[in-house]
Amino acid sequence: MNSVAGTGLARAVGRLRGSGRSAIGRWFVIAVPYFWLALFFLVPFLIVLKIAFSNIQLSMPPVEPIVTWAGDKVFQLRLHFSNFTFVFGDDLYRAAFLNSLQVAGISTLFALLIGYPMAYGIARAPGTWRNILFLLVVLPFFTSFLLRVYAWMGLLGRNGPINGVLLKLGIVAEPLQLLQTDFAVYLGMVYSYLPFMVLPLYTAIEKLDLTLLEAAADLGCRPTKAFFKITLPLTKEGVFAGCLLVFIPAVGEYVIPALLGGPDTLMIGRVVWDEFFGNRDWPVASALAIVLLVILAGFVLLLQKVQAREKEAA
Amino acid sequence: MTGRRSFFVLSAMVFGFAFLYLPILSMIVYSFNASRLVTVWDSAHSPTLAWYVELFHNDQVLDAARLSFRIAAVNATGAVILGTLAAFALERYTRFRGRTLFGLLTTAPMVLPEVITGLSLLLLFVALDQAVGWPSGRDATTITIAHMTFSLAYVVVVVQSRLATVDRSLEEAAMDLGARPWKVFFVITLPLIAPAIASGWVLAFILSWDDIVITSFVSGPGSTTLPQLVFSKVRLGVSPDINALATILVLIVSVGVAILGVYMMRRDRRRARDAQAAFAVIP
Repeated sequence: MNSVAGTGLARAVGRLRGSGRSAIGRWFVIAVPYFWLALFFLVPFLIVLKIAFSNIQLSMPPVEPIVTWAGDKVFQLRLHFSNFTFVFGDDLYRAAFLNSLQVAGISTLFALLIGYPMAYGIARAPGTWRNILFLLVVLPFFTSFLLRVYAWMGLLGRNGPINGVLLKLGIVAEPLQLLQTDFAVYLGMVYSYLPFMVLPLYTAIEKLDLTLLEAAADLGCRPTKAFFKITLPLTKEGVFAGCLLVFIPAVGEYVIPALLGGPDTLMIGRVVWDEFFGNRDWPVASALAIVLLVILAGFVLLLQKVQAREKEAA
Repeated sequence: MTGRRSFFVLSAMVFGFAFLYLPILSMIVYSFNASRLVTVWDSAHSPTLAWYVELFHNDQVLDAARLSFRIAAVNATGAVILGTLAAFALERYTRFRGRTLFGLLTTAPMVLPEVITGLSLLLLFVALDQAVGWPSGRDATTITIAHMTFSLAYVVVVVQSRLATVDRSLEEAAMDLGARPWKVFFVITLPLIAPAIASGWVLAFILSWDDIVITSFVSGPGSTTLPQLVFSKVRLGVSPDINALATILVLIVSVGVAILGVYMMRRDRRRARDAQAAFAVIP
């Protein structure tokens, strides 16, 4: 009797100890990455927010503290909205935001137009070919982004091969100014982000049930109509994902306009960079970052809402 | 009708792949050009390996490459450890306080413009320096911390999707047989998710190796990574030794991807053979 109770007790203690240990393990698994992300991702945002509400001053760091000790147990909290009114009031910033959205939007559209047939072709290619083509799309993704943008500098230059061919064919009399134009920025954007568009589209198209298309063909539906009635609606998820993956980073892009664009190519990523490094105006750079973040978050939420509504309707 | 459609798809693919690869090919070709005016072909002295020789005698480039490699390797290792923990937390512990925020924090770095991430991290480092005296100045450490923060998000995605497919009954069986949770993880779970961890490591390494915007915000005067060096050079225009550098990097990646491709194809073929063998048994 006693020994049975003893083993029961020992087991209970053992279980308790075990669960205690796994509770510590669980705490560890959650807390370590949580702490890291909170410290290096969440807190930095709060600092950006704080600095967006402060004033510039000549020191290091070049910002006024927003909370000051006013003496006699009183803290003073001074929030300056001037950075935001400045950002919204200035034509240059508004133009930069609008231009970024336009460049990103048009680039996304072109990436979709080029990427969809590519993804379709890869998904429908026979086995071995499909693997090879898939890897050929992935390969540029793994090669340096910076160097791929740089490659266009050589191609588009005054003495570059594109101008060389055009001159030789007699299409133009003297070399075209291709580099440092908005055209070059669009080209660089579509080029750099094309793999991001193709990969989600490929996954969506590959999953498509081919018998649906056969059924449509049997019922006398023409391929073009079948594409718009069946293939496109069923791969909509891939289209959404691809557009989001291209559009979001394209809005804040810095490297492409810096290397391929002209001095008057206004994009918000470049403006934030210049405000920060060039003018050393940390508060205005922070305010611009906050506005950009709000715009992008708005887009993501809007797209999620559209998707949720579609799912409900289906 | 189908003929016309497949012709359209085929030409779209030819155009698309030419678009993806011609710039890279032109960079490779011009890396063998003797002329200092990169895009003017000097047929008398080309092809030449002169730019490659110059590259390997350029201490600035070699130092930057070494620094980038070190940062990328440390970053990838750290990101894989933190990312696997985070993926485990999200996949296995469906309920804990602040889980929604945690999920947001692990995905947000992927969609956030780099300019914002870089700016916010720099402001954090400056504030920390003022408050607690660490990190004093910005160097390889601050770059590594910044890289880990955004690349761990990618590791989470890769590892979490793999964890979701792991058969839980294997872990439960080990637990029933008295294995401690840590032992279960290292003996059962870890080998099952090892491929995802490996690809997460490679992804994190490449993201760090390639990063320019975030690095520019959080680096100091003494720490210039390879992309920073390349960027400061190409801002002034095309330069032949950068073509040589690009060619070497493209070659390394191509070999890696080719090995992966052969592996994938072998696996597919083996699967097909196994399936055939299985069907052959059925009379």
